[in-house]
Amino acid sequence: MSTALAPSTAAQAGATPLVRIRDLHVTFATRERTVHALNGVDLDLAAGEVLCILGESGSGKSVTLRALLRILPRFARISGRIEVAGRDVMAMGARELADFRGAQAAMVFQEPMTALDPVFTIGRQIAEVVERHEGASRAQAEARALELLELVQIPSAKRRLSAYPHELSGGLRQRAMIAVALACRPKLLLADEPTTALDATVQIQVLLLLRELQQKLGMGVIFVTHDLGVAGEIADRVAVMYAGKVVEEGPVGPFMAGPLHPYPRGLLASTVHGHMRGRKLQTIPGAPPALSTPPVACSFAPRCPLAEPACEAAPPPMVEAGAGRRARCIKMLPA
Amino acid sequence: MEQIQDLGGPAQPLLALQGLIKHFPIKGGLFGRTVAKVRAVDGVSFSVCKGETLGIVGESGCGKSTTARLLMRLMEPDAGSMIFDGQAVGEPRAGGISLRDYRRQVQMVFQDSYASLNPRLPIEDSIAFGPLVHGTPREEARQRARELLAAVGLSPQQFARRYPHELSGGQRQRVNIARALALRPRMVILDEPVSALDKSVEAQVLNLLVELKEQFGLTYVFISHDLNVVQFISDRVLVMYLGEVVEIGPVEAIYDRPAHPYTRALLASRPSMDPARRRLAPPLTGDPPNPVNPPSGCRFRTRCAFAEEVCARSKPTLAAVEGGHLAACHMADPASGHSRAGREVAAA
Ligand SMILES: Nc1ncnc2c1ncn2[C@@H]1O[C@H](COP(=O)(O)OP(=O)(O)OP(=O)(O)O)[C@@H](O)[C@H]1O
Ligand SMILES: Nc1ncnc2c1ncn2[C@@H]1O[C@H](COP(=O)(O)OP(=O)(O)OP(=O)(O)O)[C@@H](O)[C@H]1O
Ligand code: SF4
Ligand SMILES: [Mg+2]
Ligand SMILES: [Mg+2]
Repeated sequence: MSTALAPSTAAQAGATPLVRIRDLHVTFATRERTVHALNGVDLDLAAGEVLCILGESGSGKSVTLRALLRILPRFARISGRIEVAGRDVMAMGARELADFRGAQAAMVFQEPMTALDPVFTIGRQIAEVVERHEGASRAQAEARALELLELVQIPSAKRRLSAYPHELSGGLRQRAMIAVALACRPKLLLADEPTTALDATVQIQVLLLLRELQQKLGMGVIFVTHDLGVAGEIADRVAVMYAGKVVEEGPVGPFMAGPLHPYPRGLLASTVHGHMRGRKLQTIPGAPPALSTPPVACSFAPRCPLAEPACEAAPPPMVEAGAGRRARCIKMLPA
Repeated sequence: MEQIQDLGGPAQPLLALQGLIKHFPIKGGLFGRTVAKVRAVDGVSFSVCKGETLGIVGESGCGKSTTARLLMRLMEPDAGSMIFDGQAVGEPRAGGISLRDYRRQVQMVFQDSYASLNPRLPIEDSIAFGPLVHGTPREEARQRARELLAAVGLSPQQFARRYPHELSGGQRQRVNIARALALRPRMVILDEPVSALDKSVEAQVLNLLVELKEQFGLTYVFISHDLNVVQFISDRVLVMYLGEVVEIGPVEAIYDRPAHPYTRALLASRPSMDPARRRLAPPLTGDPPNPVNPPSGCRFRTRCAFAEEVCARSKPTLAAVEGGHLAACHMADPASGHSRAGREVAAA
């Protein structure tokens, strides 16, 4: 196993994690419908660690990241504990939050155009963030902007400072958004499918860049993806979500070699790769639940090949499997 | 309504394209004059054999969807010819086939499962719509629609009267496939048909496509940027770069012995699920260039590690690497003057 996979030193030392989420619930209730998006999420992230959150559409990956930054819409009901670097994010007031976002924790999105302002140059947008958060002078902020564009390996960085977002290719735009996110040296970077919309040859460039920056800057990263390959390239640990809960968690190597929970097992088996030509692909029958009511059983039971009456009786607890692995299944398969 | 009979026999390509070109004008200035052109498809020739699945891969903007639209004749090519089972498409007076007859035999499934269904029609009516327009009696068209729903794995009792918004993405894509099959086409063009689906659902739809092809005697053109999916489903694979074909061949040849440096880089860019085999350096740097102003000579030369003077000067043509496996690279042509020409390319 390469050294990149060894658990981070902070986790080994049992130090306070950078992120600690406990029993996080998020419900969206409108007149037409109610969605129980998160139903008791527990997550830890050590300083300098890369955690990939995997899961299918609607499983609550983005809502988890948004809850962490408290950028959910007003009508969302949130409960539970969120701590970042020992600070209670749920208790933060508006001013504290504004300082927290950007300076402590920053986010990059799938679509850079949602995060970049089309009417300002890339250089101005980065300098803006630096001035606002660090009280830097205009000249200092502009020097920092150039440094950041070089850090994210944008070619001819100096010239690109005066480019508008629409003048950049998709890959360069994504790098520019990463530069904006890194402007105030956050300890925590949240990334919501930042490479999903990129071309294959550009996606791998951005993944390698993120991994390099994370190591250089010692950041903790939570990276949301539905692509197992992306997790294979950059994760130290993975957490798999299903119907608003983490159903399995552990170091990436053993996970890829054989997941414990029947859902990720099915996911891995149904992922098309290499030489599967001529064979019938394994599938997971059915579809995920609608989330209109809070779960009273294992949410995966209706699709699970191992389900038995006890799975329908109560939500299964998280079961420790040793070596930092755990899964929410009463019929957990041996590792 | 039955599938139209084979004409030229199994050896004749179902569809043969020659020199297909489509440029999109970019309007600008005060008078909306054409200031430049996007060379979306720029001299593409290939054929689709009867009963095969031809996969088309390439990065965003390389012209895959434009090629698909040209194949469907949803837009007119600027130049080039199309021959369907021996008949020139759109030239009925010269012994060819009319666009109307052609369009019945070639159907398409898109990535966006919402866009091609009428939100105000129950799905059964959406499926029956094509045959109705082509003169099938109402009861028969509806009966067909129900059979097709069953064929794509949706119980007609449960689903026939549902509206598109009452279905999941995977279910909607099944309806789109049923709708495409309603006119009994011989060829189906699938443009990123599983790209919007979750992995577990993607596998269901891929299995379904394989079954239906067998059951209805279909020929597929399957477009995707997912190299693993294309490897799974295709018999032959075509690789596009900036509006041109750079390599085409049997799936094993393309994946095991890629000859074009771009194909090799594309394959090497696939993320690996095995964390012990992580990449240390990206196979390619930079983004694909702008199709408004493609590089001279070989369009890949600005990102190619092997580019030499000849690559800027002359455009490589598709040449045989081995039987049925062709690549457009000067290294594959012993007479090109490239210093690596004729050497074992795969070892590079
Ligand atoms: N603003 C909102 N209002 C109402 N429901 C919402 C809102 N945001 C998210 N949801 C719902 O919460 C659930 C979880 O959504 P989330 O965006 O976290 O999924 P995801 O795992 O990120 O999926 P994807 O892979 O599609 O991005 C979904 O059912 C979604 O419809
Ligand atoms: N109707 C149009 N008008 C102008 N330009 C167009 C039009 N359709 C496509 N293009 C341009 O033509 C080029 C090829 O586009 P096309 O949609 O065929 O690419 P693609 O290979 O399907 O990409 P993707 O993987 O993103 O779907 C692109 O540069 C695109 O911007
Ligand atoms: S023709 Fe030249 S530039 Fe093009 S792929 Fe071959 S070696 Fe590279
Ligand atoms: Mg999301
Ligand atoms: Mg396309």
